[in-house]
Amino acid sequence: MNPLAACLLVSALLFAIGLAGALTRRSAILVLAGIELMLNAANLNFIGFWRFGPHPEELTGIIFVIFAIAVAAAEAAVGLALILAIYRHARTSDVSEITEMKG
Amino acid sequence: MRTTLPFLILAVLTLAGGVAAMTLRRLVHCALCLTVAFAGLAALYLNLGAEFAGLAQLLVYVGAIAILIVFAILLTRGGDDKAEPSFSPAGAAGVVLAAAVFAVLGWAIVTSGILHQAANPAAPPAPMRSIGLALMQRYVLPLEVIALMLTAAMIGAVILALREKRPQPEQDQRSAQ
Repeated sequence: MNPLAACLLVSALLFAIGLAGALTRRSAILVLAGIELMLNAANLNFIGFWRFGPHPEELTGIIFVIFAIAVAAAEAAVGLALILAIYRHARTSDVSEITEMKG
Repeated sequence: MRTTLPFLILAVLTLAGGVAAMTLRRLVHCALCLTVAFAGLAALYLNLGAEFAGLAQLLVYVGAIAILIVFAILLTRGGDDKAEPSFSPAGAAGVVLAAAVFAVLGWAIVTSGILHQAANPAAPPAPMRSIGLALMQRYVLPLEVIALMLTAAMIGAVILALREKRPQPEQDQRSAQ
């Protein structure tokens, strides 16, 4: 199989796994973990296209992945802080029980 | 050029870690399997020749985000067993939706013609020096914006996670008197 196609298929599978987790799990932390998995799948796509694309010397894929990792780190920090604040307020981190914004 | 065996092993490891992280019942086990998936992805980047991205992934995800998730699980007492129903209509709908998304993506990949196209066989050189030069010259503005955003995210996370103040402490003192 073409290595680029293998890369893309692994990435698509990882994205689907993350999406299924984010949609089905009830713990807010695991929803965030599923979103992180989806972001990582996109990063794998960038690396694959950089590695097997026509212009690897441009380094665009790697630079994009570095910035995406930085954004994902910021997103995870703020998201987990939000989950902690919600937990302190509603005493639960179950997304199906957090039904109102004004406690 | 064909798919190599190390790539397949790492891909299976990553996907197994992802599946386990999204299906296990106990949240701490989920966090550990998520770490396995992140480490497998870092190894995949290294296997594909992107050393800097792989090491950054290892540092940020395996080193920082996994620890952060474990701390969040322990601080929210998510390690306790909960009576989460193993089957629910909403959960089945989510799985079906994810499978449909994968079907569309796979269909697009298979029909796009890259399966039979010859890939670029030469391993591209990506030395740290050229990445650093690109970050400092061509992409210096995005780098500064990212630095500002990370600072803002750090301050925001600290403010969000700060303990809330009691609403009116003076009233409590008065009622106590």
